[in-house]
Amino acid sequence: MTININFLLIPEIVLILGIIAILLISVFINKNSFKFSLYSSLILLIITSFLVLLNYQDSFINNNKLFITNLFIINFKILIIISSILVLLIMENYFQDLKINKFEIPILILFSVFGMLVMISSNNLMSMYLGIEIQSLSLYILASINRKSLKSSEAGLKYFILGALSSAFLLYGCSLIYGFTGSLNFEDIYQKMSVFNNLNIGLIFGLIFVITSLGFKISAVPFHMWAPDVYEGSPTPITAFFTTAPKIAGIALLIRFLFEPFGNFWFDWHQIIIFISIASMILGAFAAIVQDNFKRLLAYSSIGHIGYILIGVVSANDSGIKAIFIYLVIYIFMNFGIFAILLSLKNDNGYIEKISNLSGLGKSNPIVSIVLTIMLFSMAGIPPLAGFFGKFYIFIAAIESKLFVLAIIGVLSSVIAAFYYLRIIKVIYFEENKENLEITLNPNTKFVIYLSALFIILFIFFQSKILELSNFVSYNIIN
Amino acid sequence: MTVSLGHFLTLGAILFTIGVIGIFLNKKNVIIILMSIELILLSVNLNFIAFSSYLNDISGQVFAMFTLTVAAAEAAIGLAILVSFFRNKASISVENINEMKG
Repeated sequence: MTININFLLIPEIVLILGIIAILLISVFINKNSFKFSLYSSLILLIITSFLVLLNYQDSFINNNKLFITNLFIINFKILIIISSILVLLIMENYFQDLKINKFEIPILILFSVFGMLVMISSNNLMSMYLGIEIQSLSLYILASINRKSLKSSEAGLKYFILGALSSAFLLYGCSLIYGFTGSLNFEDIYQKMSVFNNLNIGLIFGLIFVITSLGFKISAVPFHMWAPDVYEGSPTPITAFFTTAPKIAGIALLIRFLFEPFGNFWFDWHQIIIFISIASMILGAFAAIVQDNFKRLLAYSSIGHIGYILIGVVSANDSGIKAIFIYLVIYIFMNFGIFAILLSLKNDNGYIEKISNLSGLGKSNPIVSIVLTIMLFSMAGIPPLAGFFGKFYIFIAAIESKLFVLAIIGVLSSVIAAFYYLRIIKVIYFEENKENLEITLNPNTKFVIYLSALFIILFIFFQSKILELSNFVSYNIIN
Repeated sequence: MTVSLGHFLTLGAILFTIGVIGIFLNKKNVIIILMSIELILLSVNLNFIAFSSYLNDISGQVFAMFTLTVAAAEAAIGLAILVSFFRNKASISVENINEMKG
């Protein structure tokens, strides 16, 4: 037997070996082990992203059929790594202030990133399940990392129960798909099913179970009920992580799962995704109106964003997938901009979480409030800013696929969603200052804030570059 | 009467349903939820092994072994989170998981 280590798995192998090394060294360092693991994790992630990019020219290579890589996967891997780098940059102050600066936090983030990389490059139901589990087991611990806080441990418990339930659904779906096609491999499943005219009842149930489970992972309505509670209870940097990286991985896996094994059966799954998408957009728009907690509001707003992204999935054409990629790039920067600002604002009771606490920020801190306003305008989709283009490309893709109703509902719900973003701006500028807000900007947080602000403002000038990048994304996924 | 694939699938489906109902109907104890999750995972294993023997294909059994391993890890993490919740709240009743609402 020859052991054949393909170059394609090198990023994952380097990542996991690096994680183990950081874990071992951090155990033996007594002082500053949090700082050590934080910065070495950053370096490790940057190395991994370079290794991922080394394969960029390869279009389609099959590695023992358990894993696969193509440009779509590489681009999404880079997005995941970028969002975890950003979360590592903004987390330092928060955990040191709360005295939970444990070295395990960056390591758990790295483990979940490893799980996501495995998950989106999987080409087999088994490696898909294992990737999802590595990812979500680390996320359960991260949600409840603040052991002394009731909210955090309750968030962890809720996330664990619903996450475990969704993994069980995924497994049941996998077992049905395996039983009715006789294979675990995506390509073999596609081949076996290509002779069918219609899906039989077992495969339909399998498909629905897997979509349900992935819907839990990306917190799409009606599987969203865990999201607001978990986002509110978890420590804020961890919430920032939850709103980006696992969702990107979930979306990428959903696209691959629906387009590769079930590529011939668009007619069977598009109705489910349309329903999920409409429900997510509407709930994201209406439920956020009454929230006062900023993290809860962002949870509902991210549910709404998932709804828009699913429009791109239903469109099932090249421009739909390009639009999803662009939307996710913009979404990462908007989200981390807002969270970085949220993580640098403190009042007498600690880090602020309520929207009403932002009152009078416009007078006391003009620069920060202008940046926050730009982020919120972009989230609402006001034209010159990046958020507008994300939605624009999604709606274009929907119209190309003749999904007019979906596009109209999308536009209407984004108008409604604009209300609660503008309400925050109203609190910032037009309400009297009630408490003294203190701003602590450490260099890393400042870097993230200015980077995302610049990205959002200047996106209009280099959108053709990003469109070019996303051109590569779409080619290999459509069968 | 011979035991066919259909019998195994029916048993698996019944166990799966009992597990899901156990999660949603139970109001007293979080431990019961953990037990229900284990029940669901085992019903899936039964499915996999039945299919594997029916299709004469080994990969279903490999999947079942992996599922057992992951179920053990999941139970460990679930119990750990439950202990940290119990330390804060001094209760593991499902009705008491109500700090955040709305």
